[in-house]
Amino acid sequence: MLQETLKLALKAIRRNPLRSFLTVLGIVIGVAAVIAMVTIGNGTTAKVTSEISKLGSNMLFMRPGQFGPGRASTTAKSFNARDVAAIETQIAGLRAIAPISQASETVIFGGESRSSSVVGTTGDYLTALDWGLASGRSFLESEERGRAACIIGETVRSKLFGSTDAIGQSLRVGKISCSIIGVLEKKGQSGMGTDQDDIVLMPLRTFQRRIAGNTDIGTIVLSAQNGVSTSKIQANVQRLMRERRNIANGKEDDFSVNDMTQMLQAMTTTTTLLTGLLGAVAAVSLLVGGIGIMNIMLVSVTERTREIGIRLAIGALESQVLLQFLVEAVVLSVFGGIVGVLLGLGLAYSAVSYLNVPFVTSLPIIALAFGFSAMIGMVFGYFPARRAASLDPIEALRRE
Amino acid sequence: MTAPQPLIEFRAVTKVYGMGEALVHALAGVDLSIAESEFVAIMGPSGSGKSTAMNIIGCLDTPSSGEYLFQGIPTSHLSRAQHTLLRRHMIGFVFQGFNLLPRTSAVENVELPLVYRGMAAGERRDRALKALARVGLEGRASHTPSELSGGQQQRVAIARAIVTDPAVLLADEPTGNLDTKASQEIMDLVTALNRDQRITVIMVTHEPDIAAYASRVIRFVDGKVESDVARTEVA
Repeated sequence: MLQETLKLALKAIRRNPLRSFLTVLGIVIGVAAVIAMVTIGNGTTAKVTSEISKLGSNMLFMRPGQFGPGRASTTAKSFNARDVAAIETQIAGLRAIAPISQASETVIFGGESRSSSVVGTTGDYLTALDWGLASGRSFLESEERGRAACIIGETVRSKLFGSTDAIGQSLRVGKISCSIIGVLEKKGQSGMGTDQDDIVLMPLRTFQRRIAGNTDIGTIVLSAQNGVSTSKIQANVQRLMRERRNIANGKEDDFSVNDMTQMLQAMTTTTTLLTGLLGAVAAVSLLVGGIGIMNIMLVSVTERTREIGIRLAIGALESQVLLQFLVEAVVLSVFGGIVGVLLGLGLAYSAVSYLNVPFVTSLPIIALAFGFSAMIGMVFGYFPARRAASLDPIEALRRE
Repeated sequence: MTAPQPLIEFRAVTKVYGMGEALVHALAGVDLSIAESEFVAIMGPSGSGKSTAMNIIGCLDTPSSGEYLFQGIPTSHLSRAQHTLLRRHMIGFVFQGFNLLPRTSAVENVELPLVYRGMAAGERRDRALKALARVGLEGRASHTPSELSGGQQQRVAIARAIVTDPAVLLADEPTGNLDTKASQEIMDLVTALNRDQRITVIMVTHEPDIAAYASRVIRFVDGKVESDVARTEVA
């Protein structure tokens, strides 16, 4: 019987292909949106996760303010060189401590120019991030006192110098000119899609005096010695900084010290929140799609009143007519679900190759979107089907 | 032995529509008894209650008061689903407007009542083709109603009505939409079904020459049976 009903539903849908397609468009868009968003989100998370895990688990990032959804504070004051010195002298077990200040500046060599990320730091930066040099050397102590020396990323090198040897050349960074002492190893894109090799490193003091014009430090990267627990260092640094920043007992920190897992968590929280928001939008679109199906099913019941009358007169039970229209609605919405899943995967596929993140399909989400669209058909098909089944056969047969 | 049980029996059946001032007595106390294998024509002007009586006989409608017995079984306490099952197993319908499903082949139309019985596809097709052959439409099984003449469409409808081997065939103005020649053919077919297969036929018509095919003519006026005569007396 169900097989007959299914055949009947397919026949009714095929009879009006354009209308059937337009009816399920809402479902198609909703499902496609969910699938595409989740797939892209998963890909991004996978890339971020793999990159962060590559960085190693012995790193701590300290930044002013508290981070995370809904609490980005910008009023917290920056760190300074005295903070770095205090940590260096008072915290045990550190392998490297790298202060970082950053700005975007125009860098020029010869006829070429580009806007790159300029980072003021120390030689510890390379140690902390495990970032090697492709050629040249790191900063000398004498240079770290304020000389205009710089180390450039692979992108800057290839775009500005091409086949010329960059070492020893003079690069213009904003208003100053600095001599290139080293070239970094290629690192590729970050999880957020930015080019990590589009970078110019210079001594922190040079950066503060000649580019930023202040003595602020934005971020401090700490690297623990092997075998030293990061959480212990984290606690010690936190206590020290609370003291240095005069934070009263019971008050929240106005800075944050995070290890990689915590960074990852903060990142995932943001991704999850975004995915949730997009999911809500998609759910609304599914709801609208369901109303579209209900609307067309009601029209269909009106159009086919006479047919329903014939069926009831020759012995169709109410439940059989109900099932017929319910199955039709479910078949419609499931069809929309299938098209939506395919469309969503297609969109996600082209998006991830553009964003350069891995294509990670999530079977549970596909199953969920699919099941949800079937449920939409059932819920929104019930009322029209109920109406069809409860028709009076005498009245229905009289209708033209 | 008592007298043979009537197939269809009305006991003081009334049917009232509307309420208050607009109250209409479609049937005002009808007693009626039709035996198996009879061929009955029901006549009467419009509004006389003949269609209402047909709807009640066909279990599409229920009396306001009185009792309708089918094969001696009172039907007033039956549920809507039970009425449907009675229709499905006992009654075949033929309508004035044919009422075939459009864009559906003749054989699929004939199969329809068997689908609702849950019969297997192969057996269903066999029986539908046999029924089509019985009404003289072998070779037209795959035609859709729009590809058939009025007379042929009505034959498909008759095939659909008899494919279930019903106890009674209800025909509501079966020739109302047909020309004289097609009407004659349809009536010959109905007469043959009644004669050869002993199917009880109850037919509503307002045309005397169509009613003349029946062996008994019941005339309704103002919701009451005005006359009930065997054909020999009509002729």
